[in-house]
Amino acid sequence: MKITADTPPVLSVLDRPNSYIGRAVPRPNLQRLTQGRGQYISDVTLPRMTHVAYLRSPHAHARIVSIATDAAKKAPGVVAVVTGAELAKTMTPWIGVLTHLKGIKSAPQAPIAIERACWQGEAVCAVVARTRAQAEDACELIDIAYEELPAVTDPETALDAGTPVIHDSLGDNLCFERKLDVGDVGKAFADADAVVEATFVTGRHTGVCTEGRAIVADWNASEQRMTVYHATQAPHMMQNLFAKHLDLSESQVRVMTKDVGGSFGIKVHTYADEMATVALSKMLKRPVKFVADRIESFVTDIHARDHRIKGKIGVTKDGVITAFEIDDLTGIGPYSVYPRTSGIEANQVVNLTGGPYNCPNYRAQTRVVFQNKNVMCQYRAVGHPVAVAVTEGLVELAAAKIGMDPLEIRRRNLFPDDGYPAQTASGLKLEQLSHHEALAHLDTMINYAGLRAEQKALRDKGIYRGIGFASFIEVTNPSAAFYGVGGAKITSQDGATVKLDAQGAITIHSGVTEQGQGAEAVLAQCVASSFGVSMDRVRVVTGDTDNTPYGGGTWASRAAGIGGEAAWQAGKALRGNVLAVAGAMLQAKPEDLDIRNGIVVDKVTGAERLGLDELARVAYFRPDTLPPGFQAELMVTRHYVPRAWPFAFTNGIQASYLEVDTDTGFVKLLRHWCVEDCGTIINPQLVNEQIRGGVVQGIGAALFEQCLYDERGQMLNGNMADYLVPMAVEMPDIDCGHVVSPTADSELGAKGAGEAGTAGAPACIMNAINDALRPLNAQPLTDMPFTPGKILAALGKI
Amino acid sequence: MKPAPFAYKKVRSLDEAIALLGENPDARLLAGGQSLMATLNMRLSAPGLLIDINGLSGLDGIAHQNGSIEIGALARHVQAERSATIAKHAPLIARAMPFIGHPAIRNRGTLGGSIAFADPAAELPACLLALDGEVDAHGPKGKRTIKAGDYFKGLYETALGPQEILTAIRLPAADANTRIGFSELARRHGDYAIVGLAASARADGKGLKDVRLAYFGVANTPLRAGKSEAALARGDVDGAVAALDLDPHDDIQATGAVKKHLAGVLLRRVAAQLMEQRL
Amino acid sequence: MSDMSMDIDIALTVNGERIVERVEARKSLVDFVRDDLGLTGSHVGCEHGVCGACTMRVDGVIVRGCLMLAAQCDGAVVETIEGLSDSGELADLQAAFEQRNALQCGFCTPGMLTAAQDLLNRDGVPSREEIREHISGNFCRCTGFHAIVDAVESVAKARHGAKP
Repeated sequence: MKITADTPPVLSVLDRPNSYIGRAVPRPNLQRLTQGRGQYISDVTLPRMTHVAYLRSPHAHARIVSIATDAAKKAPGVVAVVTGAELAKTMTPWIGVLTHLKGIKSAPQAPIAIERACWQGEAVCAVVARTRAQAEDACELIDIAYEELPAVTDPETALDAGTPVIHDSLGDNLCFERKLDVGDVGKAFADADAVVEATFVTGRHTGVCTEGRAIVADWNASEQRMTVYHATQAPHMMQNLFAKHLDLSESQVRVMTKDVGGSFGIKVHTYADEMATVALSKMLKRPVKFVADRIESFVTDIHARDHRIKGKIGVTKDGVITAFEIDDLTGIGPYSVYPRTSGIEANQVVNLTGGPYNCPNYRAQTRVVFQNKNVMCQYRAVGHPVAVAVTEGLVELAAAKIGMDPLEIRRRNLFPDDGYPAQTASGLKLEQLSHHEALAHLDTMINYAGLRAEQKALRDKGIYRGIGFASFIEVTNPSAAFYGVGGAKITSQDGATVKLDAQGAITIHSGVTEQGQGAEAVLAQCVASSFGVSMDRVRVVTGDTDNTPYGGGTWASRAAGIGGEAAWQAGKALRGNVLAVAGAMLQAKPEDLDIRNGIVVDKVTGAERLGLDELARVAYFRPDTLPPGFQAELMVTRHYVPRAWPFAFTNGIQASYLEVDTDTGFVKLLRHWCVEDCGTIINPQLVNEQIRGGVVQGIGAALFEQCLYDERGQMLNGNMADYLVPMAVEMPDIDCGHVVSPTADSELGAKGAGEAGTAGAPACIMNAINDALRPLNAQPLTDMPFTPGKILAALGKI
Repeated sequence: MKPAPFAYKKVRSLDEAIALLGENPDARLLAGGQSLMATLNMRLSAPGLLIDINGLSGLDGIAHQNGSIEIGALARHVQAERSATIAKHAPLIARAMPFIGHPAIRNRGTLGGSIAFADPAAELPACLLALDGEVDAHGPKGKRTIKAGDYFKGLYETALGPQEILTAIRLPAADANTRIGFSELARRHGDYAIVGLAASARADGKGLKDVRLAYFGVANTPLRAGKSEAALARGDVDGAVAALDLDPHDDIQATGAVKKHLAGVLLRRVAAQLMEQRL
Repeated sequence: MSDMSMDIDIALTVNGERIVERVEARKSLVDFVRDDLGLTGSHVGCEHGVCGACTMRVDGVIVRGCLMLAAQCDGAVVETIEGLSDSGELADLQAAFEQRNALQCGFCTPGMLTAAQDLLNRDGVPSREEIREHISGNFCRCTGFHAIVDAVESVAKARHGAKP
């Protein structure tokens, strides 16, 4: 039985009496979810609420010649039928560019297509009705005449002169490109004893949140206010965007998230159909609800990771990596997604490739092209799985070529643990990482020598098992360098307000959001610890722009490291204020007092002096008894933003042990391990579960998941029977280990942990498969997902 | 997505159902609903009327009589999965059952529904063919029996007429000389297989006779591999694989070439099962 | 033909409560309990029978709420996560999920708990493989399943220990 929480690796330096930092306390709000009493946006109903269904383009690219809506307007229950041209009077279009991605361009995107549909699934008309079923019935009565246009689907030819340009105003199909040339790459390859080249493909896949995107917009014309219940990761960002494109002030817009049924980056973007829903509410002056069903989710939720990367590595016979080179190409759909853009993923691939290794020579180019498929944008571990696949794939291919053990080649090239601060060839600044300690920990954890012996013994019996690794770095705790400097109204700072209530309990209001990762538990742990109460005296409120400090929400593994630090500081500040009250009441010096277990105590002796309930009673109801001129301040707000480093990089290494059935090409995952370093661990159980869940998403990418399109831009497997998500039987148990290198940028020292699993798993699985098949002289597999067919082809069996 | 509107009628007798089918050409029968409901929810089909036959009595039995196993069309997968009669006398069905969907699906799905739907990638149609079973159909002209070999006509097409209702499945009961084999390759447990093979044979001394190999997931219907059957009866596994004359189409999960290769792998595995078995 | 209607009268028991309603023939069981009865603990994840978020119990067995019509439930006994919680039947399993953090966003959880309970109601302690197999029709995107298997396994052992 493994129900007891994993033990923290080291005691936290932040230990105080009743500290919760480093402890695997259960999340305080889980009963609501286990008893089915959560409230997801799809559960929200309001008086006079209507439902919208969107009629979507069946074509990848088509001119909309005419839309006949008369029959639909007369259908039972229908409130309104609205075209893109009609909705354009209520909402302005947007363009997904950032100024720090030099040269990035995109076309204006409207909430509902006007004149032209640019991907299969783009909304072309809205029906608002009393029920969703009635809205769908009426959609079938809308008659749209399309003139089908040639679809641009293959990124390889998107920039060719003969390929139609999707948006005439842009001149070509290039969204963004970036080139980088550091050190002397030519000389480095010339000096290498071996050069390995391979072309990697990471399959286009998507998030498949268990709950589809959901929004209920409620325009109250009487108070000129828009309340939006929205399953989003970034409520303040959405508040800004709704206001901007409806020509409202932000104070006229309130966004509330409630419970969110999974996000993973899927729910941090601007979706045309969600924007349209808000606009429809304003137009109709009543609540409008939209919940993306599974079928429309597959063609509208952002896709990600559709990259083809030509990679090259040079090594000496001693295993020293002399250079990396990549040529990346990615197709991102017809629009760069607003406001984070669809250039970030490729930019990250360029930034992160080669990231763990101390190699000064690096050449990279990426091109991001438009195409008539669903849009691509940031999904969990943005760019990391692609960069790690290329880097780690090349490293293990190089190791095989020079006959070196795959862990040994890493030992010879990973940034040394005592060599920080350091900078990668691409220019990433690294504060303190622990690649070597993590590798050593993993080596022990997996009993590497024993596994190799077992692998060898089984090969003699015709059983082909593989061991694969992936070292990685992960971007967490982003500063304004990520989006703010590019002009997007996406804040990197975050805030926490902490309040002592009239009975001495604590309420936290935080700008980060809960998506199930346990942010509310982390916030409660931070405040309970820094203030000095037990966690059951702490309540957390998130996800409401009217009631929380302005914050960025949850993305890029920022909630614990940034939101947690703000909460820690707010709790500390409130402790100071409470002790000032206690000092006044007790005629003691505040610095001689402390708060432990919710009681003001003598700091030295621990003797109990005053209960918080009594303190609150006096402060709120008998302030007349406090000294003249003394004002109790029992609500405190603190903000935090990383300043010393643009990002708090984390690091880690994963291992996979698997068996390939060489007759069928099927892969059986036997075990998976991850050792990672996210700095101070606030809650080891939550960190481990982030890693496990992330690893399985990465395994999905490696083995199962791909959005398959035909050459006309039609998605072929847009349902859950044909698009294969990982399910329980095929997944392995996953062991987690930790190294702790706190960031000095914050007092907590916590970095993020949300994406480490996803970043490394695909490369790790790839390397393990190739390790398994190496004695059979199979072609290296570098084209994800690794289906039985691809494995059989590599073995020469088909 | 929600289904397009339809009317619903729960019938109390076969005759009532048959009559309604005659009166309503756009009617569909609703048995377990585990395939039909999904297509309705995606608006891939929009019948005007659903005739719910779940209330018909006497159609959910599993009985061993006269050397046959008779399974009522409304017997649910879970019944077959837990039936001692099936385990003993129709071991191929028992072997296939855990591969079909998931527990919640097997609690509702019916064996008759699976055979009537005739999904070419489904397990049970292939089992029916491998066992040389037969089905009973009731229509306006009464009852008739259709042999498995005559039953599967095309993609989701069967010998059932528009007003006919499948009421029972009959399989020869296994005895000491019965040999069965079953194997399938699905990416995930419970999914439709890329390729599957259901097989039966009779022990003949140390060899086999009456070998019947029924593939699923390789064509528009479950498909016998006649030449391979003959080779296997001769004990020639390599010959059986070489004689496989399948020509599967590409689909989402695999190309035809992959399916064909996997069919050969399955044949070796199932052949080993047939040859090693001791009932 | 008057009884061959687009709207159907049904009388059933839901979480022990007698319910009499008229429903659209096309309405699925899960939409009925959510929209008409306000039992929003059963979730809609795919509407084509793959994700298992709508798993509930009808006449004592687990079903997909999206693959059954409300109209088919005349006379049935339906139990949803709300009823299974209030009765205390799932209390130990829910506590194990909470302790082990075997849920993150919680959207799959009511269906996952209901499916797991179906296995736990059988004799003996299932292996981890058997647990994985029994929940193979329930999609969780957050946890990677390991914690769920841990939680179910712990309850199986505890229940078995309590009733040797």
